[in-house]
Amino acid sequence: MVALTPISRTEPAFYVPVVAAFGAFFGIFIGTGQGNLILGVLGGAALMGLAAFVLTKLIKVEKAGRWALTVLVALGGLALAGIPGLVIGVFFGWFFGFLSFWLYEGRYRAKIPPYLTPGQVFWHFAFRTICGSIFVFLITPILVVMPLSFNAENFFTFTPEMLRFDPAGYSLKHYRDFFTNDAWQSAMMNSLKIAPVATLLSVSFGTLAAIGLSQPHVPFRRLIMAILISPMIVPLIISAAGMYFFYSRIGLQGTYIGVVLAHAALGIPFVIITVTATLVGFDSSLTRAAANMGANPVTTFFRVQMPLILPGVISGGLFAFITSFDEVVVVLFVGSAGQKTLPWQMFIGLREQISPTILAVATILVGISICLLTVVELLRRRSERMRGMSPS
Amino acid sequence: MNLTKVLMTSTALTLAAGMSHGQEMADEMTIVSWGGAYSNSQIKAYSEPYAANTGVKIINDESSAEAVAKLRAMNEAGNVTWDVVDVTAADSFRLCDEGLAMEIDFDEQLAPGDDGSTPSDDFGDTLINDCFIPQIVFSTTFGYRTDLVGDTPPTEICDIFDTDAYPGKRSLEKRPIGNMEWALLCDGVAKDEIYDVLETAEGQEQALAKLDTIKDDVVWWSAGADTPQLLADGEVIMGSTYNGRLFSVIAEQDQPVEMLWDGQMFDLDGWIIPAGLSDERKARALDYVKFATDTKRLADQSKYIAYGPARASSAPLVDKHAELGIDMAPHMPTDPANSKNVFVFNYEFWADYRDDVDAKFQAWLVK
Repeated sequence: MVALTPISRTEPAFYVPVVAAFGAFFGIFIGTGQGNLILGVLGGAALMGLAAFVLTKLIKVEKAGRWALTVLVALGGLALAGIPGLVIGVFFGWFFGFLSFWLYEGRYRAKIPPYLTPGQVFWHFAFRTICGSIFVFLITPILVVMPLSFNAENFFTFTPEMLRFDPAGYSLKHYRDFFTNDAWQSAMMNSLKIAPVATLLSVSFGTLAAIGLSQPHVPFRRLIMAILISPMIVPLIISAAGMYFFYSRIGLQGTYIGVVLAHAALGIPFVIITVTATLVGFDSSLTRAAANMGANPVTTFFRVQMPLILPGVISGGLFAFITSFDEVVVVLFVGSAGQKTLPWQMFIGLREQISPTILAVATILVGISICLLTVVELLRRRSERMRGMSPS
Repeated sequence: MNLTKVLMTSTALTLAAGMSHGQEMADEMTIVSWGGAYSNSQIKAYSEPYAANTGVKIINDESSAEAVAKLRAMNEAGNVTWDVVDVTAADSFRLCDEGLAMEIDFDEQLAPGDDGSTPSDDFGDTLINDCFIPQIVFSTTFGYRTDLVGDTPPTEICDIFDTDAYPGKRSLEKRPIGNMEWALLCDGVAKDEIYDVLETAEGQEQALAKLDTIKDDVVWWSAGADTPQLLADGEVIMGSTYNGRLFSVIAEQDQPVEMLWDGQMFDLDGWIIPAGLSDERKARALDYVKFATDTKRLADQSKYIAYGPARASSAPLVDKHAELGIDMAPHMPTDPANSKNVFVFNYEFWADYRDDVDAKFQAWLVK
């Protein structure tokens, strides 16, 4: 993108406080890590504000100045926290060097329209910073789990070896445990046996229900809809206890079919909601046109309606699958040890023996989820492209 | 449309996979225990040899923590799916009183000791009610980080309360049992008077007041795995948990942790057979329990975990650890060197006062 706005250098009164504010923010973490929050905040603000001033007014050579700052902060990190401190220091040093010159040279204005007021410019960047912070907040717990799953010890602990990046501190033994341990493997197999069948049932019933409920002539549509969606609203533990007593009476408690049916009941609301939403955009004159050309309702459904609402069906199915794959409360009640699923095994593992195998499994599951979502997104784009709905 | 075809095929495949999941075998039994290293020791010492001898397929459930609630629900629903359940002695009292566990005729239905003694002599004091078939003696005791307690490591239970000599966090179980006794003992109450004092409201206040002195330094745990994790992390300098967990931290995981055996709290764990099983299942459950609690099997279990066998005749057979090859006897809570100063869980007292003291303890916790 070309520069829209002519840029000019800014005054120290503007950029020094901004850099100092960022310094204070990062100082929170370093200060807490070293056991003194206030000192961290004040020190971060003072050091980074000073650095910004020195870089821009005294050194002036951008490249050399930024390298010097990176090295300096990295060495500071090394002194405070060893190798991990060094890595974080390199990142911090690079960031503050970039920030100082970015603000000083006025480059931040280059790519935004020239007519924005300073307030709007501020909000432009504040908005992005807030979004980024929320993203970091959501993703950090998952990112912490991943390195811990390569721990060579049997605890949820970053060992000194790991922090020194010593290869001896890392191992794949928890992954090996997952793939060789019978308990984990049978739990994996159970999940793989239960989730697809439950998904299939939810998708079939949910799609049919959604199509039926979208017909204007069906009486009590709202009421029926509310009842069908209730498994999503009623606290899970109540559904689970109810299912337990009901399934015990009719002999389904502790059976494979019982768990599949229970999970299907939990998945149906997701399918109904997504398919109903897709059906809003469905032109019902198409079904009349198909009937006019001699197609029976079943053919019409599979050849005309189904392909058009497929994105809704697939995303509903995905939610149903993930519900079944993640569910622990209902399976604890309705299942018996023979249907122990992955979440159940993880639950037991956390309570009885805090083993990083759980983290290895979590990492694998995150990988699977990412693959699954990517595939669905690619399929969706492909179907849109084939129907000419998207310009690309 | 191709996509539809793909979907249809995968549908057919998943259905086929679902159908091929065969009917469950008739000759199988569900054994419920606590999971982790403890379940492993039972599988190795009892279930694997039993399955090899009889061909019965054993399913391991790990729901002992919810045993009482689940057995009540099963009983109410008229659908008891468990055959043998491992419970703590305290839970066995509740199950036995409510008629949820079967009464056992110990001399008739259990194996005599290897030395010829009758089961009731061999188990001795560990037979505490009519339903409970004792299996192990375990203790709740303290472990400490050798590198975080200075040059003079703690040697007695009251060091827990000494925050001057041992500054840092300690982990205690989030329930009154054990903590109240230790608090009174360290507040100068004589050991044989503790339960008399604890019966009174003033005594309970006194115990809580003593606990108050370290409340800010306590991390509360609720699962047996918590303290090992906290010790390994260095988040606490000492903490209570089951001695078998500490053994695993010290001997198997090689952490800088030592045992503080002084003032350990003895408790029992064992089997119950749920009431209301069909005759066929009842006979099989009894057969399993008879096998699993004979002299040799109980001694075998101690090769895998540091809990003492409940039978007197098993004690001389306690051998080396199956994988580490270290002598297990010095790691047993019942070893004479370790059991100089012990509490024996007072079942009658806690059965009578548990609800009351629990309520006070929880109220104190949130204060």
